[in-house]
Amino acid sequence: MKQALVQRLGFGLLFICITSTLFFLGLIIYFIFTRGISVISWVFLTQAPRNAMTAGGVAPVIAGTLYLTLGSMLFAVPLGLACAIYLCEYSPKGAIVNIIRMSINNLAGVPSVVFGLFGLAVFVKFFGFGVSILSGSLTLGILALPLIISASQEALLSVPQSIREASLSLGATKWETIKNIVLPTALPGILTGVILSIGRVAGETAPILFTAAAFYLRGYPKSVFSEVMALPYHIYALMTEGAHPDKQKAIAYGCSLILLFLVLFISGIAIFLRQRQRSYHG
Amino acid sequence: MDNKIKMRAQKVNFFYGKVQALKDINLAVHANCVTAMIGPSGCGKSTFIRLFNRMNELLPHTLLKGKVFLDDLDINSPLVDAVDIRRRVGMVFQKPNPFPKSIFENISYGLKVNGVREKDYIAGKVEESLKKAALWDEVKERLGESALRLSGGQQQRLCIARCLAVENEVILFDEPCASLDPISTAKIEELIMELKKSYSIVIVTHNMQQAARVSECTGFFLLGELVEFGKTQDIFTAPKDKRTEAYITGRFG
Repeated sequence: MKQALVQRLGFGLLFICITSTLFFLGLIIYFIFTRGISVISWVFLTQAPRNAMTAGGVAPVIAGTLYLTLGSMLFAVPLGLACAIYLCEYSPKGAIVNIIRMSINNLAGVPSVVFGLFGLAVFVKFFGFGVSILSGSLTLGILALPLIISASQEALLSVPQSIREASLSLGATKWETIKNIVLPTALPGILTGVILSIGRVAGETAPILFTAAAFYLRGYPKSVFSEVMALPYHIYALMTEGAHPDKQKAIAYGCSLILLFLVLFISGIAIFLRQRQRSYHG
Repeated sequence: MDNKIKMRAQKVNFFYGKVQALKDINLAVHANCVTAMIGPSGCGKSTFIRLFNRMNELLPHTLLKGKVFLDDLDINSPLVDAVDIRRRVGMVFQKPNPFPKSIFENISYGLKVNGVREKDYIAGKVEESLKKAALWDEVKERLGESALRLSGGQQQRLCIARCLAVENEVILFDEPCASLDPISTAKIEELIMELKKSYSIVIVTHNMQQAARVSECTGFFLLGELVEFGKTQDIFTAPKDKRTEAYITGRFG
C-alpha cells in the first residue's frame, strides 16, 4: 500500500518535471513566433538589409551563418573523427590516453567567449587571417571539436567487438576493418553528433564576435577572407545599437525565429537519423 | 588419424596478464577430420583454438610461449603476417556475428578484402558458399536484405558461408551452437560433417553429445590443461584419465 503510494508520488513528480520542461520550450517558441512572424516575408528571406538595417531582408545574414557553420564543420569533422578513431582504435590504453580524453572533455567546458579571444589572438592576429569567415570558421570548429570527438568515440565504442573479430578473422587488416565495418556501423551515431554540434555552432555568438562578424555589410561576403554577418551577432547588434530601436527589435525577433527554426530543423534531422540507427540494429 | 597433420600446437603456454590460461599443451589437428575440444567453462578451450588463427593477440596483456604450426609454418614467426594466417584459417564464433550489411555483402566482404574484384566471380562464389552452408534456398530471393533480419540459426549459417567464401583450409568453430535451438543445431552439425570432406575442422563445444556425434578426435581440457586427447570413440567409451571419465559421465562440469 505504502509502496504503491510512493510510486504514484514519484511518477507524479516526474510528470510535473517533463511538463514544465515542455512548457518552457513551448513558451520560447510561442514568444519568438508571435513577435517575429510579422516581419517574415519573401523579401525578408531573400534580400539584403537596407536603410541602416531597418528595411529589406536578412538573406546575407542567413548566408553568413551557413558559411560559418559549413566552414567550421569542414575543419572540425575530419579532424574530430580522426582523433576519435585514433583514441578508440589505435592508441595504447593507459594513462596518457586518459589524460588526452580528460583534456578533450575539459575543452568542451571552456566558455565560448574564451574561444573567441583565442581565435582573435591566433587566427586573426598570429596567422593574419583577419576578421574573416576563415577565422570565424576555425574558431567555431575548435569549439565543436570536443563535441564531435566525444560523440564519435561513443559511436565507435558502441560497435560490437564481435563484428570486428569477424572481419579480422576473414583476413581483413585492421584498417580495412575500421574502414569497411566499424565506420559504416558507427556512422549514424557520428552523424548525430555532427548535426547536434552544427546546431550548437550555428547559434554561437561569442566566438565570432571578434573573429568573423561584422555589424553591417552591404551584401554577400566575397571570399573566405571577408567579414561576414551572422544571425546570432546580427540579433545582438539590432538589439543594442542603431537609431531605430522599434523597427530593429521586430527584425531581431524575425532573425531569432529563423535561427530557432534552423536549429530545430537540424536537431530534427539528428533525431530522424538516430531513429533509423535504432531500427537498423533492432 | 591416418590423415596428415594440418595444425599442431607444441608446448603451448598462454597467459592473460599473470594468470596462466593454458599449460604445456601439445596437440595435433589432422586434415579432413573434425577435432573436438570439450571441457567445463573457463577451462581454456576457446583460448586454445583462438591461437590457431592468432585472434588472442588482439587482446591486451597476453603472452604466448610455445609454437603453433600450420602445415610446417610457424604461424607466430615474425616473418608471418597474422592477416595471411587468418586467410587460411577461418573462424565461426559462439554468437552469430553477421555484419550490419546485406546478406550478399556479408559473403562478398571476405573476397573483397582479399582483393577479388570480378563481379561475376563474386556472385558465383556467394551462391556457392550459401549453397554449401545450406542457406541458399532460404535467402536466394532476398540477398539484398539486411543480414540482421535473419533468424539466429540462419545468421550462424550465414557466418559459416562467409567463412567458406574465402576458401580457407581450416575452420575453427567456437561453440557454434551455443545460442541456437535444437533444429538449427542439427543443421549446423550436418553441415560440419559435410565440410570435413574438404576442410580440417576444430570445434569447441559444451555439448558432449555433439562432440561424440561429429568428431573423430576429442581433447578434454580442465583448468588450462589438456587432460586427455585421442580418438573420440576411445575418449567416450574407455577414457584413460579418471577426470575425463568423471566429466563425460556428468559428475562435474
